[in-house]
Amino acid sequence: MSKSEKKATSKDEDKKKSDAKATGDAIIAAANARREELTKEALATRSNKTLPKEVKEKPKEEKPKESKPKEEKPKESKPKEEKPKAAPPSKTDTEEVSLPEFEKSFVDKISSQFTGDVEVGYIKENRTRVNVKKEKILEVAQFIKDNLPFDHAESVTGVDFPEDKEIGVVYHLGSYTDPTYSKQVLALATRVPREENPNPGNDSTKLPSLRDMFYSVEFHEREIFEMLGVYFESHPDNRRLLLPEDWADLPPLRKDFRNKGR
Amino acid sequence: MAEQVIPTKKMPPGLQVENVDDRIMTLNVGPQHPGSGHMRIIVKIDGDYIVDADPDPGYVHRGEEKMAESRNYITNIPHLERPVIHDSCNILYPYVLGVEDLVGIEVPERAKYVRVIAAELNRCIYIQYWLAIYGIFLGHSTMFMWPAGDRELLIDLMEKITGARVTHAYFIPGGVRNDVPANFEDVCLRQVNYFEKRIKEYADIFYDNPILKARTEDTGVLSREDAIRLGTTGSVLRASGVDYDLRIKEPYDVYDELDVHTNVLKAGDSYARSKIPWLDMLESCNIIRQALEKMPKSGSIRTKLKPNPKGREDEVYRRVESGRGSAGCHIISRGKPEPYRLKLSVSSFRNLIALPYLLKGEKLGNMPAVYWSLNYWPVEADR
Repeated sequence: MSKSEKKATSKDEDKKKSDAKATGDAIIAAANARREELTKEALATRSNKTLPKEVKEKPKEEKPKESKPKEEKPKESKPKEEKPKAAPPSKTDTEEVSLPEFEKSFVDKISSQFTGDVEVGYIKENRTRVNVKKEKILEVAQFIKDNLPFDHAESVTGVDFPEDKEIGVVYHLGSYTDPTYSKQVLALATRVPREENPNPGNDSTKLPSLRDMFYSVEFHEREIFEMLGVYFESHPDNRRLLLPEDWADLPPLRKDFRNKGR
Repeated sequence: MAEQVIPTKKMPPGLQVENVDDRIMTLNVGPQHPGSGHMRIIVKIDGDYIVDADPDPGYVHRGEEKMAESRNYITNIPHLERPVIHDSCNILYPYVLGVEDLVGIEVPERAKYVRVIAAELNRCIYIQYWLAIYGIFLGHSTMFMWPAGDRELLIDLMEKITGARVTHAYFIPGGVRNDVPANFEDVCLRQVNYFEKRIKEYADIFYDNPILKARTEDTGVLSREDAIRLGTTGSVLRASGVDYDLRIKEPYDVYDELDVHTNVLKAGDSYARSKIPWLDMLESCNIIRQALEKMPKSGSIRTKLKPNPKGREDEVYRRVESGRGSAGCHIISRGKPEPYRLKLSVSSFRNLIALPYLLKGEKLGNMPAVYWSLNYWPVEADR
């Protein structure tokens, strides 16, 4: 009895299994068919888009091949690039013939007062620059303060020039009080000697501070002291501003201070 | 027993032992205190009055200027807007103008108008954020929630234009990165009109509020002469009676074709300084409406640059009026793809010098009112 029963049950199970397999296969087959249909539909609709994609991919492979010679080419074709560069200066020469008069008038005032010590950097529309020897910076600043309506400093930039062994300091002066001068920014630039192993505050990289004349330079000068190591004599508050107190490296905006990973 | 000698500890560089005074107490406000932002103010008080204040910024200094020296003119764009992410269009503006001067490209007319609209929207977004903080630190929590909520209107608008909610990196040398979406003019006009209606209600709850007036009027008075002497800029300067707005004095892009008015108040106290940015927002709504009207309906939005553009050997100093005041950018180029030196002269850094000047003689309780009225953003000052 038990054997026959077992056989019967096993037969039933087999039947069930085969049925399930059949239904499963049918479902899978239907799903596959549907998927194929869908892909066909998708291909039919995207056929226009897929073609350019393939085309796009090909240039991507080719592009680096092109870019490599491009990188090499500039080395060879540098004179070619310099030619258009040479053209703009000729344009600026023509502009220099017709210098903006107003800007020229007040720069001439400064340069005529200090002949030999002051060199005109550039005269452009609304922007002028005078380069001053560092011994004369106080006198020139005093002259500007007394005779021209420049009353505040917009910004003070410190620039490192390791090739010249100098550090440049540029004061950008502006005027609030005189409406005719409100567009003007006068750059008062000077340079100080730069030392290979800086010891900020105790080496020759020193400048007289302009804080007594232009009060607004106070924090700017503090920033330049920590960032480039230019010590401003007679500045009342020569402390660090942005850097941490225990910073014991080179002044970070000097060119020989390297960013990590660069 | 012999007297025990206490060895004096060697102090790390920069630190010092201070003589303790019975009368004067030193108080560190910040850098963790939310009322100071990411900066520390070392305040010395005698009773309730501030005797001396020494701002100590630099906790969020990231060396943007040093970073700029090793990246080319295009890759500099995203990191240079980080100092003020809420005003990212305006902080990027002088840099973009400067690079255009150096590379020598013209900007299409439509791009100029899109830039002006984006810059004015961003100015409002920044001022709303600042106003929310100013409100909460004066104990006015409604004034925190209203601007923080209304700001979303304009942020959604900027998201439609640029694709990003806060850090847009939208301005590039030669124009803007992408065009405004279709029917943008209508959406922008509707949002801006509603926004203007909303901010006019701030007067009832905040600016005409007798409690606010009692707290801010005649505190931290900066006279006209001192505002000029300290070289302050933006809302601080205009609250002291100096009519100086770079959008009018030195118009860039298309500001000279628009009818722009500056707001000048003469009081020079914290109340005037907090009111000027709000008036600026109303003016910005006017400017946006004008720009939407005059903007060319179609056209190019940028002049294509050569890959890896090189600036000519020259230097430029460009400045614009940002949400806080003048933002300047001094670029020295040596004919390479990277700037030789890039200096950001930002208004927060320039206005910081007024803080110790204003705090001396004030009560300690007035410190938040004075400090936040300077429109100061610590991350911008540190760069």
